[in-house]
Amino acid sequence: MRRLLEHGVAIFSWSGTLLLLTVLLVLLGYLGYRGAGAVETGLIFGTIPPLDALLLRRQVFDGLFPAIAGTFALVLLAVGLAVPVGLAAGIYMAEYCRGRSRQVLSLLFDVLAGLPSIVVGLAGFSLTIALHRLLPSRFGPCLLISAFSLGFLILPYIIRSTQLALESVPPALRLSAPALGATKLQNIRYVLLPARLPAILGGIILATGRAAEDTAVIMLTGAVASAGLPRSLFEQFEALPFFIYFISSQYSDPGELQKGFGAAILLLAACAILFLGAFVIEQTLSRRFRR
Amino acid sequence: MLFLGWPLLWGGQFFHLIAEEWSPDRGLYGIFPMVTGSIAIALPALCISLPISLGTSFVAATLAPPPLRRGLLTMVRFMAGVPTVIYGFVAVFLLVPFMREQITGGSGLNILTASIILALLIAPTMIVFFVDGLSSVEKGSCLAVDALGGTKVQKLLYLQLPQALPAIVAGMVMGLGRAMGDTLISLMLAGNSIAIPHTAIDSGRTLTAHIALVIAADFASMEFKSIFAAGIILYVFASVVVVLLRLLTGMSMRRAG
Repeated sequence: MRRLLEHGVAIFSWSGTLLLLTVLLVLLGYLGYRGAGAVETGLIFGTIPPLDALLLRRQVFDGLFPAIAGTFALVLLAVGLAVPVGLAAGIYMAEYCRGRSRQVLSLLFDVLAGLPSIVVGLAGFSLTIALHRLLPSRFGPCLLISAFSLGFLILPYIIRSTQLALESVPPALRLSAPALGATKLQNIRYVLLPARLPAILGGIILATGRAAEDTAVIMLTGAVASAGLPRSLFEQFEALPFFIYFISSQYSDPGELQKGFGAAILLLAACAILFLGAFVIEQTLSRRFRR
Repeated sequence: MLFLGWPLLWGGQFFHLIAEEWSPDRGLYGIFPMVTGSIAIALPALCISLPISLGTSFVAATLAPPPLRRGLLTMVRFMAGVPTVIYGFVAVFLLVPFMREQITGGSGLNILTASIILALLIAPTMIVFFVDGLSSVEKGSCLAVDALGGTKVQKLLYLQLPQALPAIVAGMVMGLGRAMGDTLISLMLAGNSIAIPHTAIDSGRTLTAHIALVIAADFASMEFKSIFAAGIILYVFASVVVVLLRLLTGMSMRRAG
């Protein structure tokens, strides 16, 4: 009876694994199969020569270039806003914060990390409304608000990874600089941070991936289907994930659908590259610690 | 968000909103259908995902030879990094026609479709938790089982699984949290009709999709307020999940110490 159970568990486990991998491969394979024909320079730049578009000499109307530029600007802004705050908060949590406030703060960050992205989007949306009421000028959903909300979304991940990285410094390394007379700040600046830089960087890259893929937040705070290139911080913009969602719900002809598949492949590739970067950094890190 | 949600809580309309049905022509903007919709999509997703995740984590933690184990874990973590919108997009063109023609009929946009893809989405989260729990078992005990001639399956079943129970419950809670909080899958695949779902092939609307769909221009309307009620419910749910996780990890720590 027990033997039967054990065999059953083994078979069940392997078939579960196989099922999961098959489903994943079928989904991604289908995406590749349908979208393979769409990936070319025409997909990104339409009929305009790539160099002209990149140098902003001419507007791209039938390509994905505005959406890519929008996503790029958005992610750059969001990460730029979130990284300094996240790093500072992570260092504070790991090195300075003690006792009761530490418990409360870490619970708070956990709640923040567990918040559905649409709720963060809703908060950004409320902020827009509040600003709209306070400021006399016409102030609607825009790139800045989106980046702000997105930064808020990835903030807990950056804080958590920085904190974990600093807390996992070996005690001998942590104590040697203060033993030589360094102050706490010097210790952090010259010993702890450089030692754990790869881990912190890996966390930031993973957070960037999350910012690039999120759709729910930007949907509520300023992404639209056609806006051209982002011109200023206070205008609406296009973004890849939103474009994909938009195409899936209201494409009008096979050509547009094909563009949707192309966009999905591009987004997947971007996330895969970010993931690979984080993975490589992690590998070099573990090798360094083994030595 | 509290700033805008406050009048709701204060005025006592909040509980009306949760319990009432949605029928704008009668002036009722209750979000009860969305609450049931969320639960009706998240729970089946968890049920589908749980056995698959458990099986995969067994393989990734113990059964497979070490190189394969590492490869599998990397794969799982890559899965967690695949954008949600891509799962949804592919499912719209692959799974939805299949459901429409082969299984359910109708439009193919229904709770079952959304649950299946949602199960795929939350699987990596749960697997990572499970594997962490399973492989954090003390090394000495593992060696003891090996020394007694126990097979890998025996080690898994009688040593690791009982020890990892809190981690497994924590993974389930986390998975449920992700399933409730996900917007895109249910928005793209569940059909979004506002009605209390009765069978698995009905279409439904979740709280998250409700927020995404209702962007009313009139800031004072009840319709507009209802999305904040939905937001507050999701917020409270996320907090409950986090507190539960805290308690569970505390429990497993105490057991280990």
